[in-house]
Amino acid sequence: MTRMIDIYSILPVMIVAGWALLLLVVDLWIPRYRKGITALLAAVGLAIALGFVLASSGSTILGFNQMVVLDGFASFMQVLFLVSGMAAVALAYDYIQRMNINHGEFYVLMMFSIAGMMLMSQAYNLLMVFLALELLSIPLYVLAGFARTRLESEEASLKYFLLGAFASGFVLYGTALIFSATGQLDFVGIAAVVTAGSANSVLFLIGSALLLVGFGFKIAAVPFQMWTPDVYQGAPTPVTAFMSVAVKAAGFAALMRVFLVLFPSLSEHLTPILWLMAALTMIVGNIVALAQNNIKRMLAYSAIAHAGYILMAFVAFGNGEVVRNTVAATLFYLVAYGLTSFGAWALVVVIEREYGKGILLDDLAGIGKHYPWLGVAMLVFMLSFAGVPLTMGFWGKFYLFRTAVQAGYIGLAIIGLLTSVASAYYYLRVVVYMFMKPGEPKLQINPWVSFVIGVAALAVLLLSLMPWTILELASRAVLLLQ
Amino acid sequence: MEFGINPLVLMTFFPLVGVLVLVFLAPQQKNAMRWTALGTSLVTFAISLWVLFLFDPNKADNLLVQIPWFRLAGVPIQILMGVDGLSILMVLLTTFLTPIAILSTWKAVEEQVKGFMIFFLLLEVGMLGVFLALDLVLFYIFWEFTLIPMYFLIGVWGGKNRIYAAVKFFLFTMAGSVLMLLAILYLGLQAGSFSQPELVANRSLFASMQLLLFLAFAIAFAIKVPVFPLHTWLPDAHVEAPTAGSVILAGVLLKMGAYGFLRFNLPLFPQASVQAAPVVAVLAIIGILYGGAVAFAQKDIKKLVAYSSVAHLGFVMLGIFALNPQGLSGGILQMVNHGISTGALFLLVGMIYERRHTREMSEYGGLWKAMPIFGGISLVVVLSSVGLPGLNGFVGEFTILLGAFGSKIFGSPWFAGIATLGVILAAAYLLKMFEKTFLGPITKEENKSLKDLNLREIITMVPLLALIFWLGIYPQPFFNLINPAVERLVQLVQSAALVLH
Repeated sequence: MTRMIDIYSILPVMIVAGWALLLLVVDLWIPRYRKGITALLAAVGLAIALGFVLASSGSTILGFNQMVVLDGFASFMQVLFLVSGMAAVALAYDYIQRMNINHGEFYVLMMFSIAGMMLMSQAYNLLMVFLALELLSIPLYVLAGFARTRLESEEASLKYFLLGAFASGFVLYGTALIFSATGQLDFVGIAAVVTAGSANSVLFLIGSALLLVGFGFKIAAVPFQMWTPDVYQGAPTPVTAFMSVAVKAAGFAALMRVFLVLFPSLSEHLTPILWLMAALTMIVGNIVALAQNNIKRMLAYSAIAHAGYILMAFVAFGNGEVVRNTVAATLFYLVAYGLTSFGAWALVVVIEREYGKGILLDDLAGIGKHYPWLGVAMLVFMLSFAGVPLTMGFWGKFYLFRTAVQAGYIGLAIIGLLTSVASAYYYLRVVVYMFMKPGEPKLQINPWVSFVIGVAALAVLLLSLMPWTILELASRAVLLLQ
Repeated sequence: MEFGINPLVLMTFFPLVGVLVLVFLAPQQKNAMRWTALGTSLVTFAISLWVLFLFDPNKADNLLVQIPWFRLAGVPIQILMGVDGLSILMVLLTTFLTPIAILSTWKAVEEQVKGFMIFFLLLEVGMLGVFLALDLVLFYIFWEFTLIPMYFLIGVWGGKNRIYAAVKFFLFTMAGSVLMLLAILYLGLQAGSFSQPELVANRSLFASMQLLLFLAFAIAFAIKVPVFPLHTWLPDAHVEAPTAGSVILAGVLLKMGAYGFLRFNLPLFPQASVQAAPVVAVLAIIGILYGGAVAFAQKDIKKLVAYSSVAHLGFVMLGIFALNPQGLSGGILQMVNHGISTGALFLLVGMIYERRHTREMSEYGGLWKAMPIFGGISLVVVLSSVGLPGLNGFVGEFTILLGAFGSKIFGSPWFAGIATLGVILAAAYLLKMFEKTFLGPITKEENKSLKDLNLREIITMVPLLALIFWLGIYPQPFFNLINPAVERLVQLVQSAALVLH
């Protein structure tokens, strides 16, 4: 028996999914040269859903027999997904026209993926987790290959699909093992069985490890990062931007929800593994990024590295005193990272003229001189990535490192800080090319793209002067998390 | 206070007004940009004189500003700024050197004047913030913030190897400061506060870790000073930086490191400071001798001045870690002296470089005959850097050596004895440089027609010369500003030393 409250609990997800279905049909009557309407309609749909998320935030509801939960954590993540979705639409509008891949399904697929992410943040049952994972992933496999007949795009799609399918397999297998260990699928039930001590501890542990592998793929943590550079490079840039922010955030949403609710009792076993993953992710991401000349690949490795910083704070997930800070710091960092990352990828969109032609550092030469505002914006993003003060990235790292120190992982914090210094080198290289090398770039700047860049840059700077705005939201989201 | 706004806040952020004006100027209005920057920095200087007027050396927290900013995981981060005897001279040095440095760029910077001036004023904000911040996080923000404008000043307007030098400068400093950040986070967690006065009062809370914490802060500051063997970024940065950049780099940025020791290392970790003092002193002495010896071997004048900085800052460190009143006040005064003398030397090198576009000593010789005013001013500045009695350099070095000689913590006169050799070395390399460039007959045809200093260049140098004489002949007013703060610091450290022995 479905109650109204159940519907209410997943109303924004339903709006996004339903709107996407409608849009798929409506798009048939929109002529090829007017696909801007589809983009606009997609953005409107996301905005309506955003309105509903904001209106319903603050309530805590378990819906559909504890299959889904609506709480502050879910609302916070959903705002993040919807805003990244809108930003991705703004970036894509001009881009897919220029690249001659102007099909309306683009926006529809993106909306389906967002619906999956939103569901992921609400999932309170392992089957829902799997369902959401598939709903968010499958449209992305298509989107990565959206520039089909371009080899790079097809390669990206195939790689992402194959490895993603493996990741889903791991999640499913882990779910099965946890079910066999506890006889339950929903979080409340599993937690109860674990507390009662009647779970099969070996199967439960293996199950948790398999889930970690599956989510590790989605957040691109080492050693599950192999697909990232190729996919980020080959996929259409707005899709890459969307993946680097929203998919990563969705992966962390799942990781946090599942681990904090189900696995605190396993922290003794999982902590060393997470420690190692965090350290490797930070080291590999940053060190390999040093050697990249292609900007898309460099940003891909940088995205890997940033997952490492978040993991560093996540290592303490079983420590009851620290865990609130872990979640708040992660949410805060995801906002900081999301703003910075979208800004940086938007610049790549501006510079990219021909599909598949790699953008090298040389292509940046002279931008600082001929397009000073664009240069300053990129400077802001690079400094924020590197964690230099007066950017959101600084406070984000500040909070993450503080959490790691609080949990007693000083060695990990030192690794993180030293790799940040290494990262400053490759972020500065971008600045060096933009401001210190002569060049005559010719850019066509679409107003929507520059809007994204401007908003992101201003937000990175201004929010760093008043970080409490996001901090309060993040800590409120923690309070409601069960 | 009278205007409802704290003079420290007004002074620190006033350069931003200039930045705002500059943003709206058209690229071709170069002179308007120069005048805007100069005017802004002069007003900032005037505000700093007002601060000096309101300043009471006997109070530890003059003009304290305390504005809660926000709380991160329960620990407040505040806008906490104040000025005392340790910082007042540094603040004045900053506001004094900035307009002089801007004046020196009038003809030297023709490309992208707007960006240059914006970065210069932003740099001033950062430097003032570093000297005034009393909240560790705020301090760290300003500390890191100074990197960005300096990085651009070197990287965009510098010499041939500018990009290498700029990136090296950035990475060296950042590598040091991340460890400091870790220490700051640890302090905040242990004591529940980032405010320097509160942490000093509660230092027993982290006393067990203080040697490591001392080290984390010390590495950050030692890179900046720079203390041997962490000095390798300095010659590159100095040589490649544009003249105004070198002036500020030598004059103020290096002082931030030494100031950091005074503000944070000594009061927060007094026992560790006492334990580490002999080691730091040995490194300082190596720096004095090494810097002097390398400077002696240079053929490029700017490199010579750069290495002389390593040596002079060695004296400052020796004075600070003598941990007695003479050593500390001498160290602080020597920081000012070095800012003035080395700043002036860089300006002079810049002036001759603008005329001949070379800095090789072998390209010059007999300049006095072609440029008598330039020669006369250079002589005074060189002698002040050498430490001739009656000029500023002598007062600082003498007080430092006095302090080092009597230091109970060193416990041996040898420290001062060996450091004195550095004074002789300084005379050797500086006078050699002076002889090769200015004395004797004019050997190169191109040098015969060189124009002497113009009015703007003379105006740039006069305030520096005036201070060189004032500090050399009557330094007492400066010591009066420093001494009460130094006394308090020494008491704090010595009580810790008693616990130790």
